[in-house]
Amino acid sequence: MAEVTAKQVLFEPIFNNNPIALQILGICSALAVTSSLNVTLVMCASVIAVTAFSSMFVSVVRSQIPNSIRIIVQMTIIASLVIVVDQILKAFAYEISKQLSVFVGLIITNCIVMGRAEGFAMQNGPVLSFLDGVGNGLGYSIMLIVIAFFRELLGSGSLFGITLMPVVNDGGWYQPNGLMLLPPSAFFIIGLSIWGLRAWKGDQVEEADYKMSRHKTREAF
Amino acid sequence: MAKRKETALRTLTVALALCIVCSVVVSAAAVILKPAQVTNRNLDMKTNILAAAGMLEPGATADDIEHEFQRFEVKLVDLKTGEYVDPASVQAKDAMSYDQRRAAADPALSEKLNSSNDPAGIKRQANVAKVFVLEKDGELQRVVLPIHGYGLWSTLYGFVSLKGDANTIEGLGFYSHAETPGLGGEVDNPKWKSQWPDKKVYGEDKSEPMIQLVKGGVDASAPNSEHKVDALSGATLTSRGVQHLVNFWMGERGFAPYLNKLREGEV
Repeated sequence: MAEVTAKQVLFEPIFNNNPIALQILGICSALAVTSSLNVTLVMCASVIAVTAFSSMFVSVVRSQIPNSIRIIVQMTIIASLVIVVDQILKAFAYEISKQLSVFVGLIITNCIVMGRAEGFAMQNGPVLSFLDGVGNGLGYSIMLIVIAFFRELLGSGSLFGITLMPVVNDGGWYQPNGLMLLPPSAFFIIGLSIWGLRAWKGDQVEEADYKMSRHKTREAF
Repeated sequence: MAKRKETALRTLTVALALCIVCSVVVSAAAVILKPAQVTNRNLDMKTNILAAAGMLEPGATADDIEHEFQRFEVKLVDLKTGEYVDPASVQAKDAMSYDQRRAAADPALSEKLNSSNDPAGIKRQANVAKVFVLEKDGELQRVVLPIHGYGLWSTLYGFVSLKGDANTIEGLGFYSHAETPGLGGEVDNPKWKSQWPDKKVYGEDKSEPMIQLVKGGVDASAPNSEHKVDALSGATLTSRGVQHLVNFWMGERGFAPYLNKLREGEV
């Protein structure tokens, strides 16, 4: 494996190798927890903490892990960390932990966490793995914040719970877009931002799997 | 990375060591943080009760809520007889620690409902309910009752607060549900909830609960408008669920026997 620097592992995943936009991982929670910014930020912080520490711990014990049970070992470490995070949220941010409900627990199954543990931490040192976890968590967070920004603004007319566009139901003028409150709307925003990102960084465009054949004109007879 | 020889023994040792370390970490976190979590849960419930009773000031701190909640007396009511019961009879330390939701799952403390007598779709009902009574100089001021029932996607859990006449609604609110955001989820909308205060649960003869959620708005001059609340637009099934659950809990199988006694001053 080529030498990687700390700066690279930390910042590459943000735009150049974004876990959501390029690796298309972690989509499910990106749909579920992005209807308001407050909740999203807490989710992002939790994911960053879990990816960073799980990568670090996996990396520390990587030479001890028997190959046959390595996935289960990683899973156990990740699951323990997620439970700890969940307990901390319940103790110190009860309101938000109620809104996040099962999705904190579901960080266990977030493909980004597992992907980094198996794909990076098993081959690299603890410090580098920790930074890689933080970087990937940040890449995930950036996307989530973008999605949540649009969903909360267009869906509830507010940002961070502060009303910017008073909605009709409360006597204002803004007719909120109900679709934005529902999870599928995140698909549109993710799709549009992937388009935007690939227009900006052309090298992320994937080669087409197949080529359309030329259209042949056939004379009517 | 130096590859070590893999043996079954080694695999087992690593697995065992990992399990021990992880379980210690997890249980330590759970034990250390438990008190803070319990405080949060109780505070949350008290907040919901005060909100239903219209006694929650915006921006109230935890201390304000505790202080305000002190005015309530927590009591357990046998739904069939409408009498107060002793916490010991439902295996609870005191009235506050009785968990009605857990009791509803316990065959010894609850009753199974069948389709004919279960309009609220709750399947099992606890025999004893936890109520919150606010009295001033021996005079009943408010009583807050827990209610729940099925909407479209989920069971809605909430509280309804009645004034001293045990008939006029003071406020109603749900603290837990998973209805469609923007449609059924509008049960949380303060504007919709503001219709409930001053509605009457019962008619003149105080027998049947008469709450109705109607489409197209409520004409205040029409007869029976004091029992009618505007339904949620685009959420027929959630509205129907709310109507059924309010009437169920205010009815004969719900709090009606208790409220009758309360009105007569017998309890």
